[in-house]
Amino acid sequence: MSTTLSRRKLITTGLSAAAGVSGLAVAAVLAERYGLIPPDHGGIFGVGETMTYAAQRLLTSQHSLAREFNRSEISKVAPVNGKPPENDPYRRYLHGGFAEWRLTVDGLVGRPSSFSLAELKRLPSSSQITHQACEEGWSFIAEWTGVPLFYVLNFVRVSSKAKYVVFFPFDESWDSIDMADAWHPQTLLAYGMNGQEIPTGHGAPLRLKVPRQLGYKNVKYLSYITVTDTMKNISKGLGSAAPEYGYSWYAGI
Amino acid sequence: MSAPFCCVKFSAIAMAESAYLPGLAIQNSDVLDSPRHSALVRVTHWIHTLSFLALVVSGVAILLAHPRLYWGETGAKGTPSLIDLPLPFVLGLPIRGPGRYLHFLSAWVCVLTGLLYVLSGIFTRHFRKNFLPAKADVRWSSISRVAWRHLRLRRPSEQESLNYNVLQRLTYLAVVFLLFPLIIVTGLGMSPAITSVFPIFATAFGGQQSARTVHFFVAAALLLFLLVHIAMVCLAGFKHRMRAMITGRSATRKEPS
Repeated sequence: MSTTLSRRKLITTGLSAAAGVSGLAVAAVLAERYGLIPPDHGGIFGVGETMTYAAQRLLTSQHSLAREFNRSEISKVAPVNGKPPENDPYRRYLHGGFAEWRLTVDGLVGRPSSFSLAELKRLPSSSQITHQACEEGWSFIAEWTGVPLFYVLNFVRVSSKAKYVVFFPFDESWDSIDMADAWHPQTLLAYGMNGQEIPTGHGAPLRLKVPRQLGYKNVKYLSYITVTDTMKNISKGLGSAAPEYGYSWYAGI
Repeated sequence: MSAPFCCVKFSAIAMAESAYLPGLAIQNSDVLDSPRHSALVRVTHWIHTLSFLALVVSGVAILLAHPRLYWGETGAKGTPSLIDLPLPFVLGLPIRGPGRYLHFLSAWVCVLTGLLYVLSGIFTRHFRKNFLPAKADVRWSSISRVAWRHLRLRRPSEQESLNYNVLQRLTYLAVVFLLFPLIIVTGLGMSPAITSVFPIFATAFGGQQSARTVHFFVAAALLLFLLVHIAMVCLAGFKHRMRAMITGRSATRKEPS
């Protein structure tokens, strides 16, 4: 090999490295601006998480619809993971048939509100027969009925600064979704399952349904919803309880 | 091997024909120091090795949460399974969360390196020259002859090891163009977000659980390939083959003519 060739190689390698680094920097700025960076983007695993979330957000946008099924495909077995909350407020509401229960919605909204179950049921409702897969590997198909989240967001006049909708249940498994999923037509606050009231184990009185994500994202036993532009000040700032236990915030996989 | 396809960079054929192309390989007294694998093939090979091992380990960590396989869209405890793998249900150990993070990170590394490898292999005609078997070789008689040689664990002669035989060519083609695409598509077929855009990734296999089951069996096939690959490397001379895949060159004794 002659020296000129290796010098040329050195220069081209240097140039492509510089191009690569500046390309990455530009990509990072663009990703931040267009909301392509998940809250659990830190560390080495955060690299993979960010790529998955960014790629899927670019691919799915707001418009792609989760697959829907026929009534005949509804699963006869719909397993329940975890137990209902064992704290006093939840038990009290459960015993009272959730007549006293109210859902509070606040944060970056023009009209903070709270809804009783009866009031939610009077809002326009929507039903979907969708597939729910647990990250463990099993899955089932069920029909879910509830009020589309976008209707509630419009009702409380959500601010244009909103970036996340955060869901707090009666237990510790709080979670959040981005606005792409929040405005998505299939995202429901569900109070019905397979034509009945939602059974206790499946999240009574109200659970989130985000059918473009895995089961654990569909928060059960809802108590309080807040709209925000940052989640840095909530718990460890990772966007949900899941990353604190080692699971990714985004569960579209 | 026909003359038009002979090439300088890619070892196997160049080596076979080096006698007719003086100056291609440096010739010592009785050792041919021959180029075998291009730098890109070597780099992608080892990145791929690492990411594949990470995928296997993390894949097992994920599978252990529910080592049952189903067919169709759905499946859970209390519904009929296709196969109950002889593995325990491991839900208590904190291996699945990190396992999932690792699985998707290594999947990105694996897929992007694989993409680079495939594009360059097409561009440099590596696949056409070294993977595509000669028409005359795609016959049962030649395939079974090679297979029989392998089954008897006969060490290949130096001359034979200069060029991929028909069985190697068909295997590599299947791994690169069938098994890897299949494991990617079945992986994506399990994603509710991806199937909202490409439902066919799930429906082509008969549903989300079928995609999961196929994903498992393709992973098993790839693992089998890896084991046989390592066994063959050992049989053909571990030191030489490793040197070839690390430095790109392998010292090959000249055949007595």
